[in-house]
Amino acid sequence: MYNEAMERRILTGAEAVACAVELVKPEVIPVYPITPQTHIIEKLAGCVASGRLSAEFIRVESEMTAIGAVAGALVEGIRAFTATASQGLLFMHEVLHWIAGGRLPAVVAVCTRGVGAPWTLWCDMQDVLSQRDTGWMQVFASSAQEALDFLILAYKVAERCSIPAMVALDGFLISHTAEPLEVVDDEVVSQFLPPFEFELALKGEDPFTLWPIPGAEKYYRIRKELFEDHRKALDVWMEEFDRWYSLTGRRYSPVEAVLPENAKEAFVCVGALSGTVSHMMKNALLDEGVGLIDIKLFRPFPEELLRNAASSLDTVYVIDKAVSYGRSGILGEEVEAALRDVCRVKNMVGSLGGLDLGPERIVELYRRARDSREKVIWI
Amino acid sequence: MDLTDCGLMEPGHIACAGCGAALAMKMVSRVIPEETRVVVPAGCWSIIMGRHPDLCVRVPNVHTPFALACGFATGMRAALRRKNGDSPVLVWAGDGATYDIGFGALSAAAERNEDIIYVCYDNEAYMNTGAQRSSSTPYGAWTTTTPDLKREDKKDVVFILAEHGIPYIATASVSHPDDLMKKVKKALRKSGFRFILLFTPCPTGWMMEESQTVNAARLAVEAGVFPLLEVENGVFRVTYEPSWIPVERYFELQGRFKDLDEKGVSSFKERLERRWRRIRERVKDAHL
Repeated sequence: MYNEAMERRILTGAEAVACAVELVKPEVIPVYPITPQTHIIEKLAGCVASGRLSAEFIRVESEMTAIGAVAGALVEGIRAFTATASQGLLFMHEVLHWIAGGRLPAVVAVCTRGVGAPWTLWCDMQDVLSQRDTGWMQVFASSAQEALDFLILAYKVAERCSIPAMVALDGFLISHTAEPLEVVDDEVVSQFLPPFEFELALKGEDPFTLWPIPGAEKYYRIRKELFEDHRKALDVWMEEFDRWYSLTGRRYSPVEAVLPENAKEAFVCVGALSGTVSHMMKNALLDEGVGLIDIKLFRPFPEELLRNAASSLDTVYVIDKAVSYGRSGILGEEVEAALRDVCRVKNMVGSLGGLDLGPERIVELYRRARDSREKVIWI
Repeated sequence: MDLTDCGLMEPGHIACAGCGAALAMKMVSRVIPEETRVVVPAGCWSIIMGRHPDLCVRVPNVHTPFALACGFATGMRAALRRKNGDSPVLVWAGDGATYDIGFGALSAAAERNEDIIYVCYDNEAYMNTGAQRSSSTPYGAWTTTTPDLKREDKKDVVFILAEHGIPYIATASVSHPDDLMKKVKKALRKSGFRFILLFTPCPTGWMMEESQTVNAARLAVEAGVFPLLEVENGVFRVTYEPSWIPVERYFELQGRFKDLDEKGVSSFKERLERRWRRIRERVKDAHL
């Protein structure tokens, strides 16, 4: 049944995001341009100008105002969207905390890019993984198809849980690469995503105030609730992934493992990199018995699923594109914490600032990590 | 003015005694409709509005980070348009949020001519954090971060915003409540970006008797230190002609000017004259 409702098109990741936004129909879209996010907002500008999408499209003067206007729209109970990258996401940082603490179900697309200094325009995950502790959910797409699907899913889960969500797609690698994908039908999305109703929306009658200073006990409770609800959100993601599968035939999981029979080792990564590793597996560019664990959902962190996926492995090799200086790769640190008593965890900083991370380099990283006692491998 | 009419303001706010900004809200809340969205960025009013879950003004209210008032207000206005809601969106920001950290966003919202009323309660320093200098602090004033007195002029936010060509700008003082409320009412009748600068003395930060708030505001107006103006589509109008009392009478009430020596006072006066010449030029231009 789903195949009939599907249109096959060739789109870049940025276009796929814009396409998903068109289906979700947010009514307020404040935008500020930054490479490599621009194609998303340009596409949306066209959608709104042509009347295909009915929304307030606001060209603001900074990312801070863009995310502020998203929050403002949500406060009035109206769905909103914006997209950013790199410095732009960092500039939003203060408001990201505010939105999560304020339980606004915002959704932001991030075309991931390295951060300065020195200047870089190219892809890594430093921008998005630096927002790990803001209280936002974080989901990583490894294809344009996933960017499209995850954006729609993110709205659903965010609105069900009142927790904001960030959809990360590798800058350029996904945002600017065209690939064939299936676009879901408008009706499927309307069926999947009910009209937005927000309990905390301001009203003219019986006025109330949002976010005045509470006592410390109340503050602690509010933040504890956010923590607990993040944990519950993991189940919501899984429910919605199932629902999405039944509507579209595309099956996702917070952790996706592709392990050959008798696998003893696997790479762990997020985003486009999983495509490279999976290509290497298919084309025998990796040693036999080496598999892939692709983490789709980074916050809330699917710890149990990851432990189960790695339960039969001796070693996992985490390829990072973001670093916590003075510690390790950010993904590596997370995976090590989850798998400490399950298997050995090797951490490799594979690429930063767009350094090409193709099969040859991955093999080199793997060899180095395998033979080295270093905790964190840089080449 | 009926002093017992508190408008939408409830008794029991938690401002310092004699707070000019609290007094200003009492006046403003007498004229705004009760569905007015009030956006409060970081500042004295983050506290005055009430501790959770209290709300001392009966309006839908949202607290925001410091530089975010215009961002939130922009999104709220856009959302209200989607809902066909015509409730006013009113930013209620201090001078720190207005002149300093939110200034870029303020200029941008003015340039976009967002349909917002932006009200700045100006107490001329970061009073909520204990009287640190802002770019609204006047020349010659003591603050905790200018123990040797501020050397620079108060930023002239009215002139800067006037250059944005927005529909309405007004300045008003808590010493002239009828004028203040009249200007807020006028702003409510207009659409587009409207900016109102309210002079709200701070006894705590100005080191002044708590009973002298209104008096200080009045003397500032009469000495020409705080001009009462209206700017409509770039056209200036002086709405109240000062009686030009000596500025010393205004200074005397406060501790923050007590270290300003004679040379400093005459420099202050020169700056004041220069400012008024610029205002008169703009008024004169209006008649050409």
